[in-house]
Formats: sequence, structure tokens, C-alpha cells
Amino acid sequence: MTDTLILPSSVPQRPRRHRSATTEPVLIKALLIGLCLVLLTVLLFAPLIAVFDEALQRGWAFALQSLSDPDAQSAIRLTLLVAAITVPLNAAFGIAAAWAITKFDWRGKAWVITLIDLPFSVSPVVTGLLFVLLFGANSALGSWLVANGFPVVFAVPGIVLSTMFITFPFVARELIPVMMEQGRAEEEAALTLGASGWRTFLTVTLPNIRWALLYGVLLCNARAMGEFGAVAVVSGKIRGQTTTMPLMIEMFYNEYLSVAAFTMAGVLALLALVTLTLKSALEWRYADQLAATHRH
Amino acid sequence: MNIEIEAISKSFGTTAALHPVSLAIPSGTLVALLGPSGSGKTTLLRILGGLEFPTAGRVLFDRTDATGLTVQERRAGFVFQSYALFRHMTVFDNIAYGLRARPRKTRPPEAEIARRVHNLLELINLPDTGARYPSQLSGGQRQRVALARALAIEPRMLLLDEPFGALDAKVRKQLRQGLRDIHDATGLTTVFVTHDQEEAMELADLVVVMSMGRIEQVGKPEDIRARPKSEFVREFITA
Repeated sequence: MTDTLILPSSVPQRPRRHRSATTEPVLIKALLIGLCLVLLTVLLFAPLIAVFDEALQRGWAFALQSLSDPDAQSAIRLTLLVAAITVPLNAAFGIAAAWAITKFDWRGKAWVITLIDLPFSVSPVVTGLLFVLLFGANSALGSWLVANGFPVVFAVPGIVLSTMFITFPFVARELIPVMMEQGRAEEEAALTLGASGWRTFLTVTLPNIRWALLYGVLLCNARAMGEFGAVAVVSGKIRGQTTTMPLMIEMFYNEYLSVAAFTMAGVLALLALVTLTLKSALEWRYADQLAATHRH
Repeated sequence: MNIEIEAISKSFGTTAALHPVSLAIPSGTLVALLGPSGSGKTTLLRILGGLEFPTAGRVLFDRTDATGLTVQERRAGFVFQSYALFRHMTVFDNIAYGLRARPRKTRPPEAEIARRVHNLLELINLPDTGARYPSQLSGGQRQRVALARALAIEPRMLLLDEPFGALDAKVRKQLRQGLRDIHDATGLTTVFVTHDQEEAMELADLVVVMSMGRIEQVGKPEDIRARPKSEFVREFITA
């Protein structure tokens, strides 16, 4: 400061604009943001708008009428049923798997982590085929099941099983890094304070993972409703019986019923949008808690 | 409560964390388990608290075998190295946790819980922090809340794992005196783990120097300083 006072005042001191080290020049900022917007538009917004546009090209009444088709209704019901069974089960399994992996040490842990990732790396069509081979009428187990009046393949149980397989990693994968980072100390503290294992889980573990759990459940739900490949193989695509919404969309589309196909696709997209909105609303509502529990 | 450790050993897989160690802690003593990392001091503390179980040997509390007691049955007030405060609960709820976790028969009514929590907040000199979350506290404050939470369950003993490890030198000095005062006021048998010889010598009635899973020397600070039993002890306490 004293140095500048001694300087001759004839030298105009232009205030230099200081940029922080983590800020980019304006041109680069504009370029990157613009690129992102273009990509988002082309990849996300445009297709979404196109779906609704196609669905409504002959008006609301026509679109809604396509949904009143009994096959379409059965497809919606089946998809909701499958999601209603698989999501809670996979939430429970996911919590159990993440809990076992992150809070305990045991032999074969690495192997189980790999196993949890298996559905991500196997093509859904292969998954479907595996279930057909295992439970189909040509296998001993499958023919026994059919003979006892509980067919799995080309029936709802097969759809549920393959969807569960496909969506198994979502909750566990979301929880494991969070629980790993949080460590075991809080649980141990609860135990030393006299809490039972169950109480510790309910009052310490679960509140700490609830946001990760919510994300996992939402992802799991989205995939459960949208799964195509495995379900296509296992279900046999029997109209009105084993056809889920994604299968129904394909059928309508192949039959040149584009309004029906896109209306159904629109409903599926809406279900996804509703869950996303719900998530954002919760995040907004509980922003403080989120910050307090270090979940970014 | 007096604590006796009889030939306790602990191995994790093929590595031995504790060779058979024995130690008698008279009731009301403030004991430091002093040693470098990997000396087995934390393992020994966790065995006392019931968070680990020994491979062999016995632990006696007031001359009764406590080896098989679960962590809940031990009623040890445990202060963790990173404090392990429940991050989603307020300071008040953290301290009240142990009382609320009691079975209905022995659980105090909510008004009584509130009274005790406020007394503890007074004791740790943080009377107005009940509504805050742990993330809004400084390191030293968190440490004191962890201590209050451990005291709330009316523990039979106090176990602290590197209680001042993560704090700067000035706060550390203050809290040291704070722990001494609380120990003297409650008369609880207190065991704390540290790698800081100055801390152990200044604070403890009895210092247990450990190395490589063995107890090298047990004694009063001045005795250890005056007559170190081994080269290791001599080097460690002058470091």
C-alpha cells in the first residue's frame, strides 16, 4: 500500500480485474455452456417433446381413446404391478446387501460386490434367455412348475423375476459408496449407548442413507417400468396378459398405430417426469438436512 | 469400578494385534494407554468397550467376568476418535440418545431426559447449543458433545479413543483440563488412548506404555519418567 502512495500520480492506475483461479474467460464459458445446451436439447428435450407431439397429433381425445384399449390398460396395470413388487423387494435387498458389505468384514466380499454388478454387465436379452432356459418348459424345473400350475416363463412371475434381476444393482450401488464413506463409527457409538442392532439401524443407519436410498429407489423404479429386453424374451408378449408398457409400445409401433404407441410412450415418460419432480421437490424442501448429512 | 485384564490376546486373521496382556486398573483411576500406531492400544480399548472380542483371556469388572458381556451390557461411555456424533440429529438429541434407547421400564420420562441433557450441556460449558447440528460446531465443541453423550448413559467407565487427536494445540490443552475435571467430579474409571506422551504424562494417574501389541511398562508418570524399563520406553517418552 505504501509503495503505491509514493508512485507519481500522473500514472493512471487502472483497476485490474482479478479473476479467481477457478474461473474461465467469458468466451470459453459461453462456448462450453452453449455446447451443453445444444446437447441437452438434441438428446433430452427434443425427443421428449417429439413423443408428446406425436401422441397428440390427432388431438387429446384420440390419444386418450388409444389408452382405453383393453390391451393398453392391461399393459399399464401389469407395468405398475411389476414395479410395485420389484421396487420394494430390491430396496430391501439393496439395503441388506449394502449394509452387509459396508458394515462388516467377511470372506468373499469382493466376489459379492462383483455379483451385484453382474446385471449391469450382462445384456438384458441374455438375462431373459437365461430365465427361459432355467424355468422354461424344456427344463426339469420349468416342466415341474408348469405341471403344478405355476408357470414362470411366459407368465407374470417370469417378468417379475427378470425385472428384479435387471434392477437389483440400483439401490445397492447407490448405497454402498455413501455407507462406505460414513463408516461404522456412528453405529458403534449407538451400540455403546445401549441401542440394539435394530434400533441402531432404524435411528442411525437409515436416516443417514435416506437420500441415497431415495435416489436408488427412483432409478430402480424407472428401470423396472422401462425394462424391455429381458421382459421381451421371458414374457412371450401375450397381449393383454404378459405385455408390459414398453412391449406394448413396440407392438403398437410395429402395427403402424403411431398415436397409440406414442401416447403409451408419453404415459411412461410422464411417470418418469413425476418421479423426478417428486425428487426435486423433496430436495428443495429438505435442503438443510441434505447439507447437514453431507450428501451432495 | 475396577477393571482387570487377564492375559487378553487378539488376532485379526493371522496377524496378532495383542499378545497376551494383563493389567489391573483400580477404581477411579485415570489411565492412559500410550503407544505409537499399531501398538494395540485402540484394540485393547475396544475390547474393554465390547466392540471387539478377545481371541483369548478374560476381562473382569469389579471382579466379575465381563468377557462375554455385549457392548450394550457393558455400559461403557465411549468417545470415538472422530467423535461419531449422529450427524442427522441435534446436539440435544445426540446426548439424549442413550437415555431414549433404554427399555421402557428404565427409561426416564422426557422431562427428566431434558433436564439431564441440560445439566450435561452446562457441565461441558455449551449450554446454548442444544438445537444445533454437529456440522455447525467446531472440533473442540464436537469433542465435548461426544463426551456429554457418553456421560449421559451413567456409564460404569469412560473410554476415550484419541480424544484430542484432531484438535489444535491450544484447544487440546483446554480440553485436557476439562477431561481431568470431569473425571475428578464423576470419579469414573477412565481409560484413554493417546500417542502423545506429553498428554499421557500430564493427564493420567497411571500410564500404560504399549508397543507391538505388548505392554512395555505400567506406572505413574513420574516413575516411568524416572525409571523407564526398556530402551523403547526411554526413547518414546523423551521423543
